Amino acid sequence: MRRRSWKQHSVLPGFGLSLGYTLLYLGLIVLLPLSALILKSIDLGWNGFWEIIGSERVLRSYQLTLSTSFFAALINAVFGFIIAWFLVRVRFIGKRIIDALIDLPFALPTAVSGIALTTIYSRNGWIGAPLESLGIHVAFTPIGITIAMILVGLPFVVRTVQPAIEELEVELEEASLSLGAGRWKTFTKVMLPMLLPSLLTGFALAFARAIGEYGSVVFIAGNMPMKTEISSLLIITKLEQYDYAGATAIAIGMLIISFILLFSINLLQSWSSRRLKGI
Amino acid sequence: MKAKKRSQALKTPTVFNILIGVAALGFITLFLLLPLAIVFTEAFRQGIRVWWQSISDPDALSAIKLTLLVAVITVPLNLLFGLAAAWALGKFQFKGRSFLITLIDLPFSISPVIAGLIFVLLCGANGWFAPWLDDHNIQIIFAVPGIVLATLFITFPFVARELIPLMTEQGTDAEQAALSLGANGWQTFRRITLPNIKWGLLYGVILCNARAMGEFGAVSVVSGHIRGETNTLPLHAEILYNEYNFSAAFAVASLLTFLALVTIIVRAIVEGKNKTREKV
Repeated sequence: MRRRSWKQHSVLPGFGLSLGYTLLYLGLIVLLPLSALILKSIDLGWNGFWEIIGSERVLRSYQLTLSTSFFAALINAVFGFIIAWFLVRVRFIGKRIIDALIDLPFALPTAVSGIALTTIYSRNGWIGAPLESLGIHVAFTPIGITIAMILVGLPFVVRTVQPAIEELEVELEEASLSLGAGRWKTFTKVMLPMLLPSLLTGFALAFARAIGEYGSVVFIAGNMPMKTEISSLLIITKLEQYDYAGATAIAIGMLIISFILLFSINLLQSWSSRRLKGI
Repeated sequence: MKAKKRSQALKTPTVFNILIGVAALGFITLFLLLPLAIVFTEAFRQGIRVWWQSISDPDALSAIKLTLLVAVITVPLNLLFGLAAAWALGKFQFKGRSFLITLIDLPFSISPVIAGLIFVLLCGANGWFAPWLDDHNIQIIFAVPGIVLATLFITFPFVARELIPLMTEQGTDAEQAALSLGANGWQTFRRITLPNIKWGLLYGVILCNARAMGEFGAVSVVSGHIRGETNTLPLHAEILYNEYNFSAAFAVASLLTFLALVTIIVRAIVEGKNKTREKV
């Protein structure tokens, strides 16, 4: 009887063993190491934490990381949407190849995309050289950082928006068109509101990913303190100086930001599923 | 017939489709195709012999060996975990199930650098386990075990994430039938469950492997960058790049890029298999 209260009865064997192993492994590999971070930050205390977080160099790194991540996620939201639309609604040759290619940033090591982008956008690179002659510097500036973050975040937007476009009910679109709304009006008033939750989720995922990104950014960033130094890099710099307290405080700050983002993703998803049920 | 009519009514103007196509393909070229192209152009710029020399250099070879070693340890461990987690969470309903899924996803949302940091805090000098590790003369940080631990953490969710939704969707009917016909638990798993999940499993393992071999941020924190000892392939590429040895750096990068391409091709095939099964 007691077992039934928390677990539905099943004739399948192996529940205890598989759940036990899952919890043990999760505890050893993820939860125990993470608790070290939390305990270390308790060690620091409230004042110690704020003293580190409040220093100008750390604040600048947060500001830079958040602003470049935000713009990268914004650009990804726009172009990720266009790409998802293109993949679902337009027929063309080579669709499967393009569709497969979207996953490349998931599989490509970040160091590889980092050195590739830096070579492309450096002063004499394929794109860097023409831009240089226009007076635009990309490598070793926040623009370069943003470009690297766009690359790593792109699949998150495409892969969340794509299924939503696939599931759009054609009847609604048809009804709107046949009732005299123009294509633009149909898009903005009928389709976009239905796609908005998934688009926002994709945006938030890309945003969160960009905040934590290190490998692809570190090569193109130039890493000048106060100017092009992202928070992940600052953690490594602190570690190299054996300033474990400093590294921990910066990491906790970053974790809080990304958990707020994840929490808002969850809220978004429950909000959108409730809204859709309402319809 | 009806479906055809519908698509006629909804047919968007060609001009609009072309604009969408130009924007989409332009963006993909800029951010995905150009980086791919530059990796292979730079890798083979000085000919295949220089490429081969860069790959067969002793430091490169030891980086390849270490990378393979890390993958050989981490992938099977995370595979075993993924199977256990997917069995417990995919085939049973219990309280706290969704919370457990959130916990399993946790490493996915933690910056790689922070993942490296937690193992330094745990096992590094002044870390929790430092006194015990010192007593037993075991080095973890700036050594191979640290690299393995950080990689385990980073690639922890990949197999499980792939399998949990798949096994949840497939339900338990087939397994129940097998059990009622007299199969034991292990037979049921091997003959019924495993064939159903094999494609998802394959992709999960391959993605986990690609991530294990390509992990940079977390490994960079714990490795100490000792040439020929604690350098994995991505770290070796970084060192070569920072020494302005671009051909060699991209030669190493081309190996990792090839692995990434294989990974996305397998994914496309697996997707295709799943779709045809849905149709049946």
